[in-house]
Amino acid sequence: MQYAFILNGKPVQVTAEEDANLLWTLRERLKLTGTKFGCGVSLCGSCIVHIDGKPVKSCITPLSQAVGKKVTTIEGLSDDKSHPLQVAWIEEQVPQCGYCQSGQIMQAAALLAENPNPNREEIIKHMNGVLCRCGTYLRILKAIEKTAQKV
Amino acid sequence: MEKQIESQGLSRRKFLKVGGGITFLVTAVGLPALVFKKGEIGESKQISAWVHLASDGTVTIYNPASEMGQGTMTALAAIFAEEMDADWSKVKIEDAPVEPEIYGIGWGGERGGSMLTVGSRSVSGHYNNLRQSGAQARYVLLSAVAEKWGVDRKELKTDSGLVFHPKSNKKITYGEIVEFVKIPESVPEIPDSELKNPKDFKLIGKDYQRYDIPFKVDGSAIYSGDIHVPNMVYAAIVRSPVNGTQPELKNETAIKNIKGVLDLVSLNHGIGVVASNMETALKAKAMMEITWKGDPKAKSHNSQDAYEEYEALSKSSKTGSIVTQSGDLNRELPKAQKTIRADYKNDYIYHAQMEPLNAVAHVKADSAEVWVGTQASDGTRNDVANHLGLDFKAVNLHTCYLGGGFGRRSMTDFVIEAVDISKAVNLPVKLQWTREDDLQYGAFRPISLQKLEAGIDQNGNINSWKHVVIGTGGGLLGSGADIPFYDIPNKLIEVRNIDHGVRTKHWRAVGHGPNKFAIETFVDEIALEQKKDPYQLRRELMKNHPRELAVLDKVADMAKWDSPVQEGRARGIAFAERSGSLAAGVCEISLDRSTGKIKVHKIWGSLDGGVVVHPANAKYQMEGSLVMGLSSVLFESITFKEGQVEQSNFYDYPILRMEDAPEEIILEIIPSTEKPTGIGEAGLPFMGAIISNAFAALTGKRLRHMPFTPEKVLEILSS
Repeated sequence: MQYAFILNGKPVQVTAEEDANLLWTLRERLKLTGTKFGCGVSLCGSCIVHIDGKPVKSCITPLSQAVGKKVTTIEGLSDDKSHPLQVAWIEEQVPQCGYCQSGQIMQAAALLAENPNPNREEIIKHMNGVLCRCGTYLRILKAIEKTAQKV
Repeated sequence: MEKQIESQGLSRRKFLKVGGGITFLVTAVGLPALVFKKGEIGESKQISAWVHLASDGTVTIYNPASEMGQGTMTALAAIFAEEMDADWSKVKIEDAPVEPEIYGIGWGGERGGSMLTVGSRSVSGHYNNLRQSGAQARYVLLSAVAEKWGVDRKELKTDSGLVFHPKSNKKITYGEIVEFVKIPESVPEIPDSELKNPKDFKLIGKDYQRYDIPFKVDGSAIYSGDIHVPNMVYAAIVRSPVNGTQPELKNETAIKNIKGVLDLVSLNHGIGVVASNMETALKAKAMMEITWKGDPKAKSHNSQDAYEEYEALSKSSKTGSIVTQSGDLNRELPKAQKTIRADYKNDYIYHAQMEPLNAVAHVKADSAEVWVGTQASDGTRNDVANHLGLDFKAVNLHTCYLGGGFGRRSMTDFVIEAVDISKAVNLPVKLQWTREDDLQYGAFRPISLQKLEAGIDQNGNINSWKHVVIGTGGGLLGSGADIPFYDIPNKLIEVRNIDHGVRTKHWRAVGHGPNKFAIETFVDEIALEQKKDPYQLRRELMKNHPRELAVLDKVADMAKWDSPVQEGRARGIAFAERSGSLAAGVCEISLDRSTGKIKVHKIWGSLDGGVVVHPANAKYQMEGSLVMGLSSVLFESITFKEGQVEQSNFYDYPILRMEDAPEEIILEIIPSTEKPTGIGEAGLPFMGAIISNAFAALTGKRLRHMPFTPEKVLEILSS
């Protein structure tokens, strides 16, 4: 089957099976590996990307749902780590192992796009589904708050 | 002085033996051949086994340890760069090749052990070697410049990537030296007196950013699952649900007929399916119908019954393995004025690193290539080579970032699986474990029962201490059971083991998590029983141990231990060592008595880790380890029923989420000139006790079984 959508601002066409999945298409067919596989069942958030600006768990998203839509991955958030969240993430030295951080940043970016100045409670509520094992939560929170103040 | 040392026998042979890591050592083990071939060198040169210098001044330092989030790739390079006096802004860091002869360390920090990244030993183990190697690299550069300028090497000075000669005012950048540098016939061991004076350190103990972080904010950091190799196929495996059972596939034809399925591979412990794409591999895995044969020991294991088995074993007259014995406990304990006893329990827990296990392997006729994030790079190479009957040199191992390790990735089981499948299908294979695979075929921190008994003498002092750890996992059980910093005259600390036939493994801080929970909660119980302040009781016990005492005093001071606590909240305190580092913690909690949910508001932590190479990261490691510790204490439990793990993914094995993170974490490192000790786990062991102790202060009830889930809390509250 042919699937056409806009990926990080550019039109792409993918040939894949009927049951192709967005996460594995990004990672294996398009070799954009910044989006990670963590649980496979929408429980951890490592796989979060945006479809038309909304955060989705790509691990449970059939590729067909991306057709005709704008898909943004961590690679498309900026060309040069210049998105305010990426800047804040470096300033606050957020990542440890780093594996969940693409999902964390994409989830946070969706929040700020909708609500540029969230309070702490709103941030926690929005970010609560994205798991981190290394214990980076407080720095994630700080980086988002810092970015929100700047936006 | 230096000449003398040279003449004392830093011959080539000796130098090789001590493993200084320069030139001939490099050629001896066959590092990149381009290094010494003039004309093919291009614009850069390898000036020792540890560093590559380019004419633009770029200094590439080899990282000998796995980077799994602990940040040591930066700290280790900083140690080297410090003594080389490299310009930190021009430093690049790459993983060292798998050459344990050069990049390995032994347990005493000696060169040439293994490249095993465990036990928080990377910085502490490599510290002296990297200072020495960095100083030797600097020596090579200075020698080259001295010869070129016709001056005495000792008249030359360096400053962040620059060599200068104060007498003549000449200067040259490290990059410019590349053109004419020659590697001397012998490089002396640089005496300690010629290493940098710590007061001149520009990196060690200073603030600098982690090297890996920019690659982790744009998805460009490469983990092994991100690898693509031409003609690569995808594999998934159904593994034995009960450890030791063997598979018999019932619907082989149906699986093989799935479009995209290329092959099936039988393994002892499971069946692998190979497909042209990941979705098909995962779908076919889910469709396999397998009968599991065999009657292994694990089949009779029910973890909830294990505590009774441990209780029974504790009553056996047969002694287990002794961790520590001093004084005469059997004589003194019966004479005690008062005896205090308590039992503590902890369930199995799972590593839950965010990156499920995976590896890429390509087995060819007489060689193999493997891409993997591993804590055991030479161990993996060796296991793969031995498994395939190949020479070590025939295995090309590419190390990648690890999406968390925590002890799980020092096993090589998943790599051997990828190798077996690649060999069977004669193609490069990406093996992906699902989260369910990762959890159910996990190797867990052992379950244990801890029986503690203290004898109090007529003066109210603890005169006797008996601690018996009973559990599974053998050698994993004893770590952290000893309490050398508490002066109690009669001690007996013992481990008793039952093998249940299930898989167990080191989990961040190993036995320290359960053991310090039991010890430090018990100290709290004794204090309350004796109507003493738990902080003051610890002070009395460690009064002859000034470093430990300073750490405890520091955290008490930070948390204002003696000040009143806000209504509805309480504090708990505990002390723990790990990997030579000393740490103490205080937390402040509240409790929702209707739901049983514990809320941790604040955690204070103090740390003495000797010389701390990268303080900002050290603090962050402590923060991470206490958050991970809190997760294990509040939420995590693996249970077995007839040998089968009952949990499968994050819905029934929850880990801590942002809403449950402490509101604030306040940490301080105590300045020290002592040798560096391991920091990556030091914040974890005291977590169980500080929560249990705060809970007791708040409610008068005692939590003695980890995890402290809301159900358990409600049960304790109503008891």
